[in-house]
Amino acid sequence: MSDDDRARREKLARRFTEALPFSKALDMRIDSFGVAVAGMSMPYSGFIVGDPGTGIVHGGAVSALLDTCGGLAVFLHPEGTAPTATLDLRIDYMRPAKPGHRIHAWAEVYNTTRTVAFVRGIAYDTARDQPVAMLTGAFTFAKKAL
Amino acid sequence: MTAQESLKARRDGALDALVRSVPYIQFLGVTFDRRGDELTATLSYNARLIGNPVLPALHGGVTAGFLEITALVELAWHCTRAALEDGRPQAEDIAAGGAFHIPKTIDLTVDYLRPCRPQDCYARAQINRSGRRYASVHVEAWQDNRTRLFAQATGHFLMPPRPPDG
Repeated sequence: MSDDDRARREKLARRFTEALPFSKALDMRIDSFGVAVAGMSMPYSGFIVGDPGTGIVHGGAVSALLDTCGGLAVFLHPEGTAPTATLDLRIDYMRPAKPGHRIHAWAEVYNTTRTVAFVRGIAYDTARDQPVAMLTGAFTFAKKAL
Repeated sequence: MTAQESLKARRDGALDALVRSVPYIQFLGVTFDRRGDELTATLSYNARLIGNPVLPALHGGVTAGFLEITALVELAWHCTRAALEDGRPQAEDIAAGGAFHIPKTIDLTVDYLRPCRPQDCYARAQINRSGRRYASVHVEAWQDNRTRLFAQATGHFLMPPRPPDG
């Protein structure tokens, strides 16, 4: 991918992701771009709490961040030609996120076929080596004809 | 009020308190409808739930959250029913949402079958196995047609510790 191509794709990705109403509602932000790799985060807030007794974030909010980040990584794949949709999403919850902390996600496309992108990712709060959740997913993909 | 009516009111009150106590359930706009022992979850359409403005379709993360909430409420409700029948949780506990111990999600696998259109969604959960520690739950979600699912999910959950009998 040329520098121009990358810059264009990143600009598109930013515009596209930031236009998603639900991502905006959770105040998600893009933190990093790469070749088929993306980093995103969202702030802690009262309305994403799943356990009112402890203030722990609902798993569904974490999976929304991971799904968005996974989709963005697919969008950033240099051989992709069309917008993507999630086919299958598996989330493993390792531990509760610490109340009050920003939640970060990172995802990468680790394999593609002509029609499918395979993605993995992690969500964490304070340290990347102590994940809150892990993502394994399959997304629709349309590979550029050679 | 007959004993039967009082039990029904207690059950409806407890379910309502559970759903109202969780901020993320309120944020998504999920409500529950009870017919005997069967719960149906409804996700009322709202423009902020959109994830693909071009199609348009609901965000995949909304679908995942909706299915997880349906499974969790089904499990929490299942645990609470028995206790309500022996009259254990007190009315004030129920009002405070304190009668519930919400299970913890271990994992959730969501199968996206079709785009989720900008309209109301429904879901029902089935507990396939519920042991002392772990439970396995399957959830199905649809819009206009019960047999045309737009998503389904299977998840494993860690059950809350049982309160001592008494």
